[in-house]
Amino acid sequence: MSAAELHDTDPRHVHGHNEPHHSDDHHHGDEAPHGSLREYVIGFVLSVLLTAVPFWLVMGDVLDSKLAIAAIIIVFGVVQMLVHVVYFLHLNTRSEGGWNMLAIIFTLVLVVITIAGSLWVMHNMNEKMMPSIHEMRIAP
Amino acid sequence: MTNATLSGAVAEHYWVKDHHPQNGSLFGFWLYLMSDCLIFAVLFAMYGVVGSNYAAGPAPKDLFDLNLVAINTAMLLLSSITYGFAMLATARGHKVHTLLWLAITGVFGVAFVGLELYEFHHLIELGATPQRSAFLSAFFALVGTHGLHVSFGIVWLVVLMAQVHRWGLTAVNRRRLMCLSLFWHFLDLIWIGVFSYVYLMGVIR
Repeated sequence: MSAAELHDTDPRHVHGHNEPHHSDDHHHGDEAPHGSLREYVIGFVLSVLLTAVPFWLVMGDVLDSKLAIAAIIIVFGVVQMLVHVVYFLHLNTRSEGGWNMLAIIFTLVLVVITIAGSLWVMHNMNEKMMPSIHEMRIAP
Repeated sequence: MTNATLSGAVAEHYWVKDHHPQNGSLFGFWLYLMSDCLIFAVLFAMYGVVGSNYAAGPAPKDLFDLNLVAINTAMLLLSSITYGFAMLATARGHKVHTLLWLAITGVFGVAFVGLELYEFHHLIELGATPQRSAFLSAFFALVGTHGLHVSFGIVWLVVLMAQVHRWGLTAVNRRRLMCLSLFWHFLDLIWIGVFSYVYLMGVIR
């Protein structure tokens, strides 16, 4: 592996612009963490669309099916979160040598377990513990 | 590959200067955000579990004003893109533009917190206090924690503006701007979950 290759792939040098001998890759150094105008504008336009549609569906009373509206709200919300992560937080598989990606994947696993697990367990408990009307009537 | 294959200058570059505080704190800050994410996950889970326990009190449909929420969402989204413009100005090394965009971001942030405080005040006036029902306890805990984060973000923003004004766009200040950028965009990301799950899905329920 040549020194140049090493230079490009070494994650510790994403922020090279403060050391004089890094001037040759100034652009490369700035690109990853700051993003570009294009990235911010794409992210903003997508976010506006992904926000406006759910608000319009709910406020304009467009669809009859509440289930469909709820599904669209959730899907659009998740997609918009991904848009923010990619275009505003500039996450990619190379940032911090992949450790940022690894950390967020681990966090997402915990988030899904926490939220889905709580809802599942507590919903189940409510179903099993809540007395039905019939049982309440015969209770002392 | 061993160290012996590296020439002197390269070796010094990679092994002696291994200590690189900049990236260290950016990765550390990312880990902080991930832990913050877990705090919000717990609050969302709690809201999901008790969010429909109204205790014969008001439900989301009776309380939430979606026009206000839409304006609030717009404020936060606009503040996200203006912070992006501040970062672009920083990358160009333009101090005045950086400060200008940071100030605009701060104004949007203050508008967001102001509207949220107005909403909370309105709810409490109606008697929809955190003590009223489990739904309202969870609602105030979740939305209040987010609002508190934004408030501290604004304090951080003002301090950072003073730092940039006094010392310029130094390496240290650039690193701080990067960290606040992550923080600010992260809060907008959490707000997506709040307006989707709490407000929009609350109203159609």
